[in-house]
Amino acid sequence: MIRKSLAILALGLLVATPALAAKTIKIGFNIPLTGDIPEVGEGSKNAAEMYLADINGAGGLEVGGKKYMLEFIYMDNESKAESAVNAALKLIEQEEVVAIIGPNSSKQAVPGGGTANDNRVPMISPWSTNPDTTKDRPWVFRAAFLDPFQGPVVADFAAKKFSAKTSAVIFDISNDYSKGLAEIFKSSWEAKGLGPVVAFESHGTKDQDFSAQLTKIIAAKPDFIFVPDNYNQVALIVQQARDLGYKGPFMGSDAWGTPDLIKLCGEQCYGQYFSTHYAAAGAKGATKVFIDRYQKKYGVEPADYAALTWDSIGLLVEGIKNAGKVDKNPRKMRKLIREGLASIQSFDGITGSAKFDEQGDPIKCAVVVKISNEGTFVFEESVCP
Amino acid sequence: MDFITFIQNVLNALQWGSFYALIALGYTLVYGVLRLINFAHGDIFMVGAYISFFVAGFFLGPLAGLSPAMTFLVTVPLTMVLTACVGVTLERIAYRPLRRKGAHRLYVVITALMCGLILEYSNLAVLGASRLKFPELIEKQIWNIGGVTLTNLKVMVIFTAIIVFLLLQWVITKTRVGMAMRAISYDKFAIPLMGIPVDNIIVITFILGSGFAGLAGLLFAMSYPVLEPFMGMLIGWKAFIAAVVGGIGDIKGAFVGGFLLGFIEIGVVMVFPSTFRDLFAFTILLLILWIKPTGLFGIPQSTKI
Repeated sequence: MIRKSLAILALGLLVATPALAAKTIKIGFNIPLTGDIPEVGEGSKNAAEMYLADINGAGGLEVGGKKYMLEFIYMDNESKAESAVNAALKLIEQEEVVAIIGPNSSKQAVPGGGTANDNRVPMISPWSTNPDTTKDRPWVFRAAFLDPFQGPVVADFAAKKFSAKTSAVIFDISNDYSKGLAEIFKSSWEAKGLGPVVAFESHGTKDQDFSAQLTKIIAAKPDFIFVPDNYNQVALIVQQARDLGYKGPFMGSDAWGTPDLIKLCGEQCYGQYFSTHYAAAGAKGATKVFIDRYQKKYGVEPADYAALTWDSIGLLVEGIKNAGKVDKNPRKMRKLIREGLASIQSFDGITGSAKFDEQGDPIKCAVVVKISNEGTFVFEESVCP
Repeated sequence: MDFITFIQNVLNALQWGSFYALIALGYTLVYGVLRLINFAHGDIFMVGAYISFFVAGFFLGPLAGLSPAMTFLVTVPLTMVLTACVGVTLERIAYRPLRRKGAHRLYVVITALMCGLILEYSNLAVLGASRLKFPELIEKQIWNIGGVTLTNLKVMVIFTAIIVFLLLQWVITKTRVGMAMRAISYDKFAIPLMGIPVDNIIVITFILGSGFAGLAGLLFAMSYPVLEPFMGMLIGWKAFIAAVVGGIGDIKGAFVGGFLLGFIEIGVVMVFPSTFRDLFAFTILLLILWIKPTGLFGIPQSTKI
């Protein structure tokens, strides 16, 4: 008798679970919690936890007159391209999420975006700037500007600031982000007609010695070196170039913008410039509110990827609201969210306001920051398309 | 390409090759005695770098408060001793029990691979994925001699590699311990009958190999001051290849193989686009092995049962 009632109870629970699940909206995060850029994953997660607490603390997200709780699932992609695909598949098939935020770096976002698009799951990459992430992928969106925009920003700024005629590039050949940006920079520099790119050298992700490449670059005597690399490699490249007698300036890209750059590179990176998504110092309005809250909660200034993750979640929430209702079937819900996202025309985020083009890419401003002698990122100038 | 660039790259290759040579020496030492490819060796190197980080951090910190130069002098021996302890511990808990049970060498090699992974992931679990920045212990001086630049650290690294090689060569060929090591590799069944304590000699082998891996870790951390749990993996594999190309089991072979790999890697970048570096470097090594399968200094061996 007892056994029978237990069985009924268990059956009841089984039936009850899907009904319960419909009250929550499951969102997956495909982020690098370990590997080459763990700092990025942590920043994204911190921002997400803040957003989650805000929404769920207010009783959930209101869609079509009803309130739904959000559930965030964080999946580590180990900063690897292949793991990003696995993480995306796990989120889609096992966790049955209705949308994915991440991956951050283009190295993972390009393959991860392919997986999401093939499986018809809406994905928003916060930080990826490589055009291929969203190109011809109707299910993939992003919050950051694109490298075809960032490349010329860097080239224009360096030409003006350093009065440069020649430039050199060192980049990571196995990283879609680094390689793509290096190539775009090269063509936009050459299009300016000031002078050639005198050296265009590459290295691998796990390399620690860059002396041969740097010797080649320094022998070509460039006016500055463009380093579109992750922060850990930047620290080694800058130091080794100085050891080899290079005295000129470096110019970086948005992958530089983490507090870890200062920790690893130290004084040798002071005085250098890089292009990025926003500058924390001197922020106003909603951006300032976000920075202050983040700083109070985690004790560090939020880097650009944290702010962009915040904006990505904001975009997604907007998309879910546009969807108008919550469907129990994850496949149908995914489709509704995609349509909701595609119908967003413009969005005011903490990293600036953006308009969206037909590829799902935002058109927004970039900033160039200077690394001050205290190791902070100081606003230098803003460049808008 | 002008002459100055060439000389500069020779110096670059000497520094980079020094690290390969130092790590390859550890591989070859253990292989020479035990016929065991100690795949955990690259990770012992990584542990050495981390140990030196914490030792240096302690002596620079408020508790000891030594000057950077003094810290360096204390860190060198301490790192070597502590890393040697890690190597010996591995031997005690992983390799010796298998050897006692008479396990085939293949299983010991697999165990070594697993030990390497355990070291990597336990580091990841304890310290997290965030990278560490190694403090500057020796005030860096950059010398410019006729357009060629070199740093005091670079010179130190190259000389250390040479001294370590000469020292090991002397130990192996001139001392009684070295004679016992060679004897074990010659016939490990007859040697205990001669009254030679095999286990002790093996422990000494691991002390030497791991100690110098620790030294390499310290020097590496000083030259490339960004530490991460997987830093030993790729360089360890490449150093192993260097040891094989030089003729594994031979001290001279490991030394020459390490520098050879350094020169090939830098040389390929010097002549070809850097994109082709590893492809060309390892094709050249393959050709060497193709012509001489036992490596440059290796001698063919018949297996004893």
